[in-house]
Amino acid sequence: MSRAFRWLLPHPYLTLLLAVVWILLQNQFSAGMAVFGLILGIIIPWGTSVWWPDTPKGFRLGKMLSYSLIVMWDIIVANIQVAWIVLTVPNAKLKPAWIVIPLDLRQPEAITMLAGTITLTPGTVSADLSDEGHSLLVHVLHTDDPDGERDGIKSRYEARLKEIFS
Amino acid sequence: MIGTYATALCLLIGSGFVLVGVLGLLKFNDPMTRLHAPTKVGTIGIGMLLLASMIHSFTLGETSFHELLIMGFLFVTAPVSANFIAKVCLHKQDCMTPPPPEADTTWSTLQSPDRDLVEKAAEAK
Repeated sequence: MSRAFRWLLPHPYLTLLLAVVWILLQNQFSAGMAVFGLILGIIIPWGTSVWWPDTPKGFRLGKMLSYSLIVMWDIIVANIQVAWIVLTVPNAKLKPAWIVIPLDLRQPEAITMLAGTITLTPGTVSADLSDEGHSLLVHVLHTDDPDGERDGIKSRYEARLKEIFS
Repeated sequence: MIGTYATALCLLIGSGFVLVGVLGLLKFNDPMTRLHAPTKVGTIGIGMLLLASMIHSFTLGETSFHELLIMGFLFVTAPVSANFIAKVCLHKQDCMTPPPPEADTTWSTLQSPDRDLVEKAAEAK
């Protein structure tokens, strides 16, 4: 039963996501559209599963939702801070810095999420991963305390991502 | 009526952030610091403009959710393009040299096959 389920739905969350995207694209909700979206959501992951055989082991949707709300809020706050830096700090006084974040996350999906979050919150851009994937290189626009910035990212985002992908 | 004001307010905030982003792009002089400006425009600037579009269509009585999709795709693609630009900067060494990683030997961009070949050729001499 579970093997048949896995064969039919190799990526269950992708199925759900594709169905929701299809309904949003239609711009109006009807039962027929929902069914067609579900059919697409089953056919597309099934047809493309050869190219991505691995699925993340565990994924908690509820924690993911609260994580996205936190990230949204941080994006708004950080946008205002960075806009202030752009308008008031002259180039000569700007203190850009590289920070190195040692990663506890091991799954590629989780590291991608962390790197994406770091880039989306203004003021930090994730630039590179070390050759074996144990550290992340992040560029900070303006900081007086690079170590504090690193600890902030680790405790605020990485700890939560570890709970989501566990 | 209130919808019109909300739309106008969102448009103003959004375009204000886009303007600040462009100013940042013009003002900074290092490729890596410049990269910070477009990531800002991509998130809140475009987000507020799309919110204005949504509110406008709601006040006209036509619900529209396409903007949510645009936002979603933007959030997925913006970090990837920023990462590519950062990798090009690192590879061409137009920026400050990054510190070495704590756990591994080097950064994956700096460890290119041709650099390895160059080092081997230097050792062979």
